[in-house]
Amino acid sequence: MGLFWIPLLPLLGTVVPLLSSRFGRSFLALFTAIPPLLALLLLLQLAPSVFNGEVIYQSFDWIPLAGLSLTFRLDGLALLFALLILGIGLLVILYARYYLSAKDNMGLFYAYLILFMTAMLGIVLSGNLIQLWLFWELTSISSFLLISFWSHKSEARKGARMALTITGAGGLALLAGLLLVGKIVGSFDLSVVLASGDLLRQHAAYPVVLVLVLLGAFTKSAQFPFHFWLPHAMAAPTPVSAYLHSATMVKAGIFLMARFYPVLAGTELWFLIVSMTGLITLLLGAYVALFKHDLKGLLAYSTISHLGLITLLLGMNTQLSTVAAVFHIINHAIFKASLFMAAGIIDHESGTRDMRRLNGLWKYMPHTATLAMVAAASMAGVPLLNGFLSKEMFFAETLDQVTLGSLSWMVPVLATLGAVFSVAYSARFIHDVFFNGEPVDLPKTPHEPPRYMKVPVEILVALCLLLGIFPGVIVGPLLALASTSVLGGELPYYSLSIWHGFNLPLLMSFLAMLGGLIIYHNRRHLFRFQSQFPEPDAKLIFEWLVQRLVRLCSAIIDKLENGSLQRYVFLLLLAALVLMAGPMIDLNATLGHQSSMPVDTVSLIGALLLAAGAIATVILNRRRLVSLLTLSVVGLIVSLAFARFSAPDLALTQLSVEVVTMILLLLALFFLPQSTPKESNPRRLVRDLSLAGLIGGVIGTINYAMITRPLDSISGFFLENSKTGGGGTNVVNVILVDFRGMDTFGEVAVLGIAALGIFKLIVHMRLYMPSTDGNGLPWSPDRHPMMLAIVSQSLLPLALLVSVYIFLRGHNQPGGGFIAGLITSVAIIQQYIAHGVDWIKERLRINYQWMVASGLLIAGLTGIGSWFFGRPFLTSWFDYFSLPWVGKFELASAMVFDLGVYLTVVGATLLILANLGKLTTSHSPAAKENN
Amino acid sequence: MLKIALLLVSGMVCVALVLNLWRLIQGPDIADRILALDTMYINSIALIIIFGMYMGSPLYFEAALLIAMLGFVSTAALCKYLLRGDIIE
Repeated sequence: MGLFWIPLLPLLGTVVPLLSSRFGRSFLALFTAIPPLLALLLLLQLAPSVFNGEVIYQSFDWIPLAGLSLTFRLDGLALLFALLILGIGLLVILYARYYLSAKDNMGLFYAYLILFMTAMLGIVLSGNLIQLWLFWELTSISSFLLISFWSHKSEARKGARMALTITGAGGLALLAGLLLVGKIVGSFDLSVVLASGDLLRQHAAYPVVLVLVLLGAFTKSAQFPFHFWLPHAMAAPTPVSAYLHSATMVKAGIFLMARFYPVLAGTELWFLIVSMTGLITLLLGAYVALFKHDLKGLLAYSTISHLGLITLLLGMNTQLSTVAAVFHIINHAIFKASLFMAAGIIDHESGTRDMRRLNGLWKYMPHTATLAMVAAASMAGVPLLNGFLSKEMFFAETLDQVTLGSLSWMVPVLATLGAVFSVAYSARFIHDVFFNGEPVDLPKTPHEPPRYMKVPVEILVALCLLLGIFPGVIVGPLLALASTSVLGGELPYYSLSIWHGFNLPLLMSFLAMLGGLIIYHNRRHLFRFQSQFPEPDAKLIFEWLVQRLVRLCSAIIDKLENGSLQRYVFLLLLAALVLMAGPMIDLNATLGHQSSMPVDTVSLIGALLLAAGAIATVILNRRRLVSLLTLSVVGLIVSLAFARFSAPDLALTQLSVEVVTMILLLLALFFLPQSTPKESNPRRLVRDLSLAGLIGGVIGTINYAMITRPLDSISGFFLENSKTGGGGTNVVNVILVDFRGMDTFGEVAVLGIAALGIFKLIVHMRLYMPSTDGNGLPWSPDRHPMMLAIVSQSLLPLALLVSVYIFLRGHNQPGGGFIAGLITSVAIIQQYIAHGVDWIKERLRINYQWMVASGLLIAGLTGIGSWFFGRPFLTSWFDYFSLPWVGKFELASAMVFDLGVYLTVVGATLLILANLGKLTTSHSPAAKENN
Repeated sequence: MLKIALLLVSGMVCVALVLNLWRLIQGPDIADRILALDTMYINSIALIIIFGMYMGSPLYFEAALLIAMLGFVSTAALCKYLLRGDIIE
């Protein structure tokens, strides 16, 4: 259970800072630190068994059929990263307490920070690929919130957007890659995937998988050409930079490469892509860092360069280089986090980060200066510091490269060149800021920061020294453990010590030191040379690209979605035609083997009437009322056909829907022009006619082909089980309320939602009301003719009786809740027509929204009721009873469900029709608002 | 005997239906068309009842009942539309 709590504690801890804002800033920081601290203790408690070679594994099934589970897995690599995330996270919490000003919303900041911490822990501890991806995206989102924390600054917003776009897009590529991996391996479980290296590497889709996964890793770890988001993310508060952009988030990409190292690495393609990307990033970052005047800009490009170095090491494909990569992950996290914190202190106490103005700070803040100088020396790779050790390993590995063939000598030379620039920018960081004359025009007089603000830096710098001097004791076991899990097997021999004798790597270090100092000394010439190039602003290029993309997309959308219904229908039908016609061409014969039924005259005439009605509707479409009449003919004949071909339920439903539709259309037609203007030119007419003809032909052929072939459907099952299983002889109704009760429940829910949506649309509607009819004649003054009123009123009890009858017998004979509901609503609508809204309002005090809600509630509760008997949702129950006079009768829980359907249908229909009708009266919601 | 009568009657009703549709399309007035549709409803009731008698099944009675009831509502709504435009007021 312990492992599960490590990400869960910070997740719960996200709310702690939000709740404890009122206790003051120090207590806020203290309370915030408690959940991560507990998680760290838990992790340390689990660590010994990991050191014993165990992989701790915990899994909860979520959707086992889809291979989805909540799985956490702790091995050496995960342990290393979790330690970094929690350890540096705690230091950053302490640091941020002093960094943030009283104006900043500290609780919110901490909440984002802890959310990010949860996401990172989720990535490194995930034992399931999809889960890993989920947390991966969560880091993108939480880092977006953190970068844009000072949202009043334009560059913070822009930087955050850029970071989110790049890492989010990479995340999508990663998802595609992970899905492919899951498809190839057959499981999303990390342990299974890690054991299927050969399968993956030999699969035809391996290059695609590799490129997709690497796209995810490179965007996150700011590798060339995706590196440009990182410098812009420096608009974030410095604690964020120290945490996300040195130790954790940018390392997530590195982590991903290390995680999949056992299964994806080891091929020529991996070597080529990873090492070349790493090398370019290493050189580019180191070179650009020297020219940055912004303190954090320098550190950002230096981070890019070091990330490139780690990537290069991972791409070298020797076991030792992998150990060096893991070692440099640790070292870089430690010295870079402390440097960012130091830069934050300098910014905080002097008011600027511009190195052209920051000079000679040694006098003002000697303590901070010492700390920053040690960390910067580690970054440069000065002996006795941790940066030196991993850099030596790096140099040694570059010397062993043979993969570039006769050009292999270039790798160590370029590596040394990168190191030269690394020394030069480190020297600039030290010399420019702390010496080199007096500060120029600073907004504040610099001084030492509060005591505890320095503590995190001190801890990290002490680690730099300890690691640099006693590497074997401090980090040896952890490094061995993490490297073992990256390599997935035996560790190569390596020695962690400061002195390896006079050898080539030492010479390279020496050359780098010398070259770096020379370059720094002569930097003026280099700066002048560099100033001849126009400096490209990634922000502008990025914005330009994004805007072009948006314009392109809107152009496509405008083409497809131009607001013309005709266009939509045309495209939809065209797509349907293409999809349907293909398989039909493959079908050899239209006619199947089933013998056809004899054709009788009545059916034939009915078919002719149907066709004539349909054609008349099309031809008369511009005279709206007339085409509505011909459309009713179509509906009527279809109902007759349903009755004729043994589907009485369908006939009843069709009839009642037909009336409701006509009333709805009449209500709407009142507000519309009586005739449609001629819109189509002849060319469009021909185009649309041919498409309609083709569609009709294809659909007709499909139908004909279907009914002339023997069809083995599931109807037999329903027919057999309807009486015994569902207790009803009307199979249609038993299917609706029992076999497919869940579908019906979904459908009535949709109906209810649609009705509420329409009601919502109508609420604020104000419509023009025509004062004359289509021929320009005034309306009749008689609002409610007495004949109509009296006939309608006498119809009401009859109609209600019919609807009760249809409802009750529905289970065994044609009928049911849906039809009964429609009949009831039609009967009530008839009263609206005959008597008007005012008359009904006094007599029928029902809130239709409540009716929809209670109908849904009844249907839902009936379904839930079966849980109490230990059955699945919507299992129905029935039994037979007998009463004197009534005789034997059946009671079924499905009837209660049907009652819910009935109420929803009545409520929804009346909600739509009555409110549409009310629009013209003083009871319309909009009119009420005016009063 | 009954069967022959039913077949004959259904043929006549069919002829009536065709003529109804003719009137509906031809017009000339909108009132003629509404009346034609209403007559179609009535003829349909006849057709369904005849069919039920022919099949010897009471199953079709409800469909006829519904047409009778709902057809009236349709016609009333259409007439109200002609009269006032606004059918619910």
